[in-house]
Amino acid sequence: MVRFLARRLVWFAITLLGVSLITFVLMHAVPGGPWDADRPLPPAIIEALNQRYGLDLPGWQQYLKFVVGAAQGDLGVSFVLRQGQPVTEVIGQGLPATLLLAVGAALLATVVGLALGVGAALARGSALDTLTTVVVMLGASVPNFVLGVVLVLVLAVNLKLAPTFGWGQPQQVVLPLLTLAALPTAYVARIARAAALDALTEDYVRTARGKGLSERAVTLRHVLRNVLIPVVTVMGPITAYLATGSFVVESLYAIPGSGRLFIQAVLARDYGLIMGASLLFAAIVATANLVVDLLYAAIDPRLRTPG
Amino acid sequence: MLTRGKRSAPPEGGWREVAVRVLRRPSAAVSCLVLVLAALGAVLAGVAAPYDPAYQDMSAVFAPPGWEHLLGTDNLGRDTFSRLLYGARTSLVVGVGSQVLVVAIGIPVGAVAGWFGGRTDEVLMRLVDVVYAFPDLLLTILLRTVFGGSIGMLVVAIGLAEWTTLARLTRAQVLALRRREYVVGAGAIGARWHEVLWRHVLPNGLGPIVVAAVFGVPRAIFAEAALSYIGIGVQPPTASWGSMVQDGYQAMLRAPHLLLAPALAISAVTLAFTLLVDALRDAVDPRLRPPR
Repeated sequence: MVRFLARRLVWFAITLLGVSLITFVLMHAVPGGPWDADRPLPPAIIEALNQRYGLDLPGWQQYLKFVVGAAQGDLGVSFVLRQGQPVTEVIGQGLPATLLLAVGAALLATVVGLALGVGAALARGSALDTLTTVVVMLGASVPNFVLGVVLVLVLAVNLKLAPTFGWGQPQQVVLPLLTLAALPTAYVARIARAAALDALTEDYVRTARGKGLSERAVTLRHVLRNVLIPVVTVMGPITAYLATGSFVVESLYAIPGSGRLFIQAVLARDYGLIMGASLLFAAIVATANLVVDLLYAAIDPRLRTPG
Repeated sequence: MLTRGKRSAPPEGGWREVAVRVLRRPSAAVSCLVLVLAALGAVLAGVAAPYDPAYQDMSAVFAPPGWEHLLGTDNLGRDTFSRLLYGARTSLVVGVGSQVLVVAIGIPVGAVAGWFGGRTDEVLMRLVDVVYAFPDLLLTILLRTVFGGSIGMLVVAIGLAEWTTLARLTRAQVLALRRREYVVGAGAIGARWHEVLWRHVLPNGLGPIVVAAVFGVPRAIFAEAALSYIGIGVQPPTASWGSMVQDGYQAMLRAPHLLLAPALAISAVTLAFTLLVDALRDAVDPRLRPPR
């Protein structure tokens, strides 16, 4: 187990290094420089700016500086949007909103997805089963921003049920949360149903029933445990989705979160911010995957045997 | 993606049998119809569109749907129906084009890694892991920032970001099949590795790979639409369903049909693909074969 952990951590570090390299190379491959945005600047100013931000050093030195800094928590500075401010500060301002949405969506997706999936497996062919199928279909196919705009159109404009944009009041969380949670809910429901169906046909369920356990105990003790494993596994990709989903959903609902900040950085061609934010997002997703792997090893006793 | 295939040969009867099985399902048949319509719209946009999608008729801004303009006009007087047709072209070109790239990169990488194993496998899979570590939309955005926003470059950006799943899948298939007798036998009579891979391994392992490639199309369509919606996808005046949704959203109160038309188009196409992929997956799964 310790060896597994150590190998996983080493691999985690290497992945982050690879991600930082790719991000760095891409950002420096952009035609033109970071200062080309709107108006051509006199060369003297460009030189001064380059010097100030360390852009006049040879490529590999810049990269080393970046990596060493990143390891200590310094992800560079913003060039355009908030000139000179550290990336961590800029992105940090948006984190509370983004985390609220992302964690909320993850929780909602897990709870609702599990309920729907397991419920549909327990009651095959019922209305719940059909409902789950429909939810899975729609949630997995309709793009999140399409769902969002239609929700806004129907609920907020026509029925005036929920606010359509803005941030700061509790009811403004509703629509963005629903929009972001749709796809993860569909995935969790689909996987939970498949896993529950599989588990219900297993021998240990028959044994448990034969022992006289109530249906509820059977469900809770045996089925659920085995449903949790694939659901936990899918949390990794879901975190990746939540990170990128935040770009779209926050832009749509004008929520001042890190995702929207990132998009604004891209539109403004603020390469310092783009690079730092990319690394941050990728690091968060990689961490989530690491946690999922560890949780998986912890939940599934079969993996704990030495090997 | 959860692949279940331990035995992955296509069903007896080959791909024609697969097609029959897929089309027998009503949801899949309807989906095929929808997709064929979308493809026709995309291909025939040049002839079928009544107006140039970029043409702005300032005297007919926000025209309601009618005989002049089937679906009305937008805030710049551009004909919505024409833009919808050209948008289909954008979506399908990006969707299918990017998957061609995904297949072109993913299959060789996965096949070589699975076949040779050892060092090659390690190195290649590490590369796959690093690229995979990027949330896909993020990498696409980064690549697009470098390559620019033309349709061609968008195809490249999305393709380069999404090939890893297919590589892993191909590798798994090659690993599963490389000890089969016919593969070993082919090597024994002197066939070279690439011949063996091309003639024996890949054709038999193609099932899940095809499913994954088809599944990648709606994902690519979504990526293009989402990027265009935010404003970093294709640039105007190129028509894209994503940017049409954004424009329609701005004008939602005045002319909701401008929002609903592209929204429905995107949803219909992605839903159709999802249903089709489900049917395809079941048709290719040997465990679901009816007893003969």
